[in-house]
Amino acid sequence: MAAARIPLVDYLRLADEPYLVASECEECAARYFNHRVACANCGATAFKEAQVPADGVVRAFTIVSFAAPGIEVPFVSAVVDCHGTSVRANLVNVAPDPEHVRTGMAVRLTTFPIGTDSTGTEAIGFGFEPAAD
Amino acid sequence: MAEDVWILGIRMTKFGKHPDRDLVELAAEASMGALADGGVTMKQMQILAWGSIMSGGMGQQLQKQIGQTGIPVYNVANACATGATALRTVIMAIKAGEADFGLAVGVEKVAGAGLLAGGSRGVDGTTWTPRGPVGAVAPLDGRIGTETMPGVFAQIGLEYGHRYGGTSFELFAKISEKNHAHSTLNPLAAYRKRFTLDQIMNDVMIAYPNTRPMCSANADGAAAAVLVSDTRLRTLSLEQQHRAVKVSASVLTSDPWEEACQVLPDVNTLTRNAATQAYEAAGIGPADLDLVELHDCFATAELVHYDNLKLCESGGAVDFFNSGATWRDGRIPVNVSGGLQSKGHPISATGIANVWEICHHLRGEAGDRQIEGARVGLAHVIGLGSACGVHILEKAAA
Ligand SMILES: [Zn+2]
Repeated sequence: MAAARIPLVDYLRLADEPYLVASECEECAARYFNHRVACANCGATAFKEAQVPADGVVRAFTIVSFAAPGIEVPFVSAVVDCHGTSVRANLVNVAPDPEHVRTGMAVRLTTFPIGTDSTGTEAIGFGFEPAAD
Repeated sequence: MAEDVWILGIRMTKFGKHPDRDLVELAAEASMGALADGGVTMKQMQILAWGSIMSGGMGQQLQKQIGQTGIPVYNVANACATGATALRTVIMAIKAGEADFGLAVGVEKVAGAGLLAGGSRGVDGTTWTPRGPVGAVAPLDGRIGTETMPGVFAQIGLEYGHRYGGTSFELFAKISEKNHAHSTLNPLAAYRKRFTLDQIMNDVMIAYPNTRPMCSANADGAAAAVLVSDTRLRTLSLEQQHRAVKVSASVLTSDPWEEACQVLPDVNTLTRNAATQAYEAAGIGPADLDLVELHDCFATAELVHYDNLKLCESGGAVDFFNSGATWRDGRIPVNVSGGLQSKGHPISATGIANVWEICHHLRGEAGDRQIEGARVGLAHVIGLGSACGVHILEKAAA
């Protein structure tokens, strides 16, 4: 039997092809990764679940060399434009230097284990990696 | 039409390390200085606004030190825009006709505070338990991007470069080079050391492309301003009227919804909105400005605010900087105080200290760093969350 798995955050869905989901305003289609009482854009209160495309383009990044204790550095933080939905994530499977990371690069969603708890459950994180051409 | 409001007196303490003095002492120094500068006393003040985010509301503690006159105290907090918010609170009271005189003070002690924000801890249990607004089973800072200010503002700068082109590590470092060069003329700056471009680029990297000298310097400090209504100013001495600085615009905005704002704070739209409102209120355009103090919390932030404050054409911030326009001998000098990177950033003092800098030049009292003939200036701050304050200031006509 496969070990139990849990996503790092509730908007990551673990499937054969993992994906991110957003809460989408039924009025104006604004998307959120966390709960909103009313849409911050239009004030409507009805939301539906929307699947976020798993590929996108890096619109902004930084390479963090100095962080709070316990956080591994350097790492690449980025804003990825997934066909109109902006996602915050680390860039992974790429050298964390400005020669290898650039805005405009095509990336795709990937997942990886971040640890196992005392019950044997594996937590799964996500990031974006360079997309193969 | 509400009447005009003037800055009658204003003062900042030296920014830097004040290990032996507490918040109230620093605030008292700035407040007493501002009152003396304006030629008035605490007894004449009808409203006090206290700004501080690390300490909560202590305006009444300040009153115990400089005058318990029973006037209303507004303890305000608005991230890095707290000082501007305190100032604007008093301005609104005067405009509303509820006061003729008011005192606004901003103070902070953050010297040696390290990274402000970041490192949010989700859970450290033995079993994964989803918690918080996105059901996180582990800390997210460093796993889903960065929460630290240097990293957030680095992304904001590189996003601008992605949209318009022309940015580079060296370009951002040159902005910092300018501000550190300016700081050598400011005796109240926390750091007054000039850096070469190489020194800046080879210093400790915090969050690419921001190295340590490209980040705002945590510092202790306070700044305070005495404001007066136009009607009351006319009853004061000619010297007071001559040194008074007109508040031609006082604007505060928050961040309207934009598509990406939940993953990267949008510091652009609310600043553009504030600038637009301020220019309209003042009847002044960016071309009329003689100097600007803007919120260079990181070198990457200064670039985008050239554009947001409309000092250049939309998308033209890189060319604008490269033209030399923002150096102290340029067309629109920006951050001749040294900016937050060298003057220092005692968070809630910043939004009044930048107004002090502008007033100093408009009064012709800025000594070695005087921008000759300065008549109009703009002070800008932004606090993540977000809040943006813009004040346009004009020299007295007399
Ligand atoms: Zn909506």
